[in-house]
Amino acid sequence: MPDTTLPESALPAQSATAPDVTGWTCPAPLRDRPRVVMGHGGGGALSAELVQHLFAPAYGGEALAQLGDSAALSLGGVRLAFSTDSYVVRPLFFPGGSIGDLAVNGTVNDLAMSGARAAYLSCGFILEEGVEMSVVAAVARALGDAARAAGVEVATGDTKVVEAGHGDGIYVNTAGIGLIPDGVDLRPQRVVPGDVVIVSGEIGLHGVAIMSVREGLEFGVDVESDCAPLGGLVDAMLAVTPDLHVLRDPTRGGMAAALNEIAAASGTGVVIREGAVPVPDAVANACAILGLDPLYVANEGKLVAFVPREHADAVLEAMRAHPLGRRAAVIGEAVESHQGLVVARTGLGGTRVVDLPIGEQLPRIC
Amino acid sequence: MKYIEEFQDPDLARRLLDDIHATVTRPWALMEVCGGQTHTIIRHGIDQLLPEQVELIHGPGCPVCVTPLEVIDKALEIASRPDVIFCSFGDMLRVPGTGRDLFQVRSEGGDVRVVYSPLDALKVARQNPGREVVFFGIGFETTAPPNAMTVYQAKRLGIPNFSLLVSHVRVPPAIEAIMRSPSCRVQGFLAAGHVCSVMGTGEYPELAARHRVPIVVTGFEPLDILEGVRRAVRQLERGEHTVDNAYARAVRPEGNPAALAMLEDVFEVTDRAWRGIGVIPDSGWRLSARYREFDAEHRFAVTGITTREPAECRSGEVLQGLLKPHECEAFGTTCTPRTPLGATMVSSEGACAAYYLYRRLELTPARTAPPAPAGPHASTAPLEASPVA
Repeated sequence: MPDTTLPESALPAQSATAPDVTGWTCPAPLRDRPRVVMGHGGGGALSAELVQHLFAPAYGGEALAQLGDSAALSLGGVRLAFSTDSYVVRPLFFPGGSIGDLAVNGTVNDLAMSGARAAYLSCGFILEEGVEMSVVAAVARALGDAARAAGVEVATGDTKVVEAGHGDGIYVNTAGIGLIPDGVDLRPQRVVPGDVVIVSGEIGLHGVAIMSVREGLEFGVDVESDCAPLGGLVDAMLAVTPDLHVLRDPTRGGMAAALNEIAAASGTGVVIREGAVPVPDAVANACAILGLDPLYVANEGKLVAFVPREHADAVLEAMRAHPLGRRAAVIGEAVESHQGLVVARTGLGGTRVVDLPIGEQLPRIC
Repeated sequence: MKYIEEFQDPDLARRLLDDIHATVTRPWALMEVCGGQTHTIIRHGIDQLLPEQVELIHGPGCPVCVTPLEVIDKALEIASRPDVIFCSFGDMLRVPGTGRDLFQVRSEGGDVRVVYSPLDALKVARQNPGREVVFFGIGFETTAPPNAMTVYQAKRLGIPNFSLLVSHVRVPPAIEAIMRSPSCRVQGFLAAGHVCSVMGTGEYPELAARHRVPIVVTGFEPLDILEGVRRAVRQLERGEHTVDNAYARAVRPEGNPAALAMLEDVFEVTDRAWRGIGVIPDSGWRLSARYREFDAEHRFAVTGITTREPAECRSGEVLQGLLKPHECEAFGTTCTPRTPLGATMVSSEGACAAYYLYRRLELTPARTAPPAPAGPHASTAPLEASPVA
């Protein structure tokens, strides 16, 4: 491993203030992690700290402060959504999709969460020396097919090759832009107590599909990734009312991470009814075997929406009329109490906090 | 696969809760032994639904929590070596030893791999004959048989580059240690069902009789827990103290003979240190003399590593029910799930970690009577026959 040690002066300064116990903040941001660990890419607390304590201070800039899946920008009088995402999935092809599908749909969906229909994508390939050309061609074909299906054009790209052993076959980065319609303003800060929380369908499919092939686990049923472009579904929702408050695409960290981000950024509490969250049997079974919680498992074709109460029924109806929203369900609401926290009402009538995952979920021993 | 929804049925849960509420006449303190049970209790909010008089004390049965700091340090030392592939179940990677964890070792270049079975680690050893492959064999009677089977196979197949870092622990000596403590408050036990599925129930009657405590073998789904509580409370109210199997769908009195034979062959009983509690006589297993060549501690000469627990950690008292997690000075300040000082804050199944989450809910809901029956046909009559057994 190369020596990547930095002088002390290059590291972000650690807060010297005592931890805010009343707010139950974690007292140890990056100090306890002198090197990058896998959890920094897991979409949980470690990822958030890396961005907030290391990247954001280094970059500066107002636009970045939104810290959403995509940035809503004004350029020459036009409102744009702009987003980028990198894809490092293993294996490259999995039940229900491929890294090519993900590279399109992931970025298209990040833009859709700002209310924008993706117009153009950039696409950067990082290829490992030795990977078979037929595999590269298959990924490129899948990516092209997914772009056509999502109604987005790949307008620019780049290719780099790294030496054998320095990559995982193929990595892809895509960035995308799209126009945000007039009257649409989707931000967690717009959430108010009373908003209804709606999820567009069954959760956990992508994460379980990947685990089943990556780890060679058999769950008795073939589980396919839900990888899909959500632009059309969002259009159908905005056609009911442009006044949706926030949308999130619960990928890494799953529903739990998405809801926690919204609760923290909006300053409201969120209550969900555990029994109302649609969890397919195969996902529930896989999670039971591995000791995981479906709320933390990744999705790639789902959204969670905070909708003003007066529009909730109509929005739900519109979602259910769309192929990607047939199993949409109301799962909870925003509340005034326990601000910044997500609480689940359990099937038995108890409650529990649904916390932001620290890093990645880990299978339990027993 | 069934057995998930059925054992989380709210109507059946309500009937069990009604029965517990109708049965209880005075305060009782029950200990659920296993961390998996603690996890279910907190996750489903079961502790909030039980009568005020029923206190659940969270026992020492989380294998991640009780693995001693020095064993973690031995794992970190072995995993850091360039010739080693270190294999472990996932949730051990985040457990901090002195100053770092296995994730960090991996980020520093160590080859640390998550496996789902110890036999996968054996496969890794066969695929990498030029490197040493070590599996982190921790846990209770539940995980010990497959680990024993792996060592047995390594010997039978002649795989010299495989070894096991062993820190297995046994439940009955821990129950004995808890009951012998002068300040013990536990009046009944929910025994760990999966442990009993291996070991059977033969070790428990003597404990129940000697300490005059009911021991109810209990499963892990919400209805299992409620049924375990119901049976334990009934015994306590009647002044009984017997061993009762409330997890008959998984536990036979004789246990699993094949697994027991494997344990008998590969392991031998030894004293074992428990994180947060200390050494408990005869409470663990180590590899028997026949298999000593597969003992990673000896192979990598790490037997000399000793580590002291942080003095400010009072998890031993928490594990015995003498201290509520939030009564500890370090709770939520210097000790959090991200920066755990000791056993009970380490794993999601530890009592302190569970309280850390639960206490953050500013509502602090008082324990309530069970919610009103769900519908016109919901029974509120006390149960004689269990709906789940």
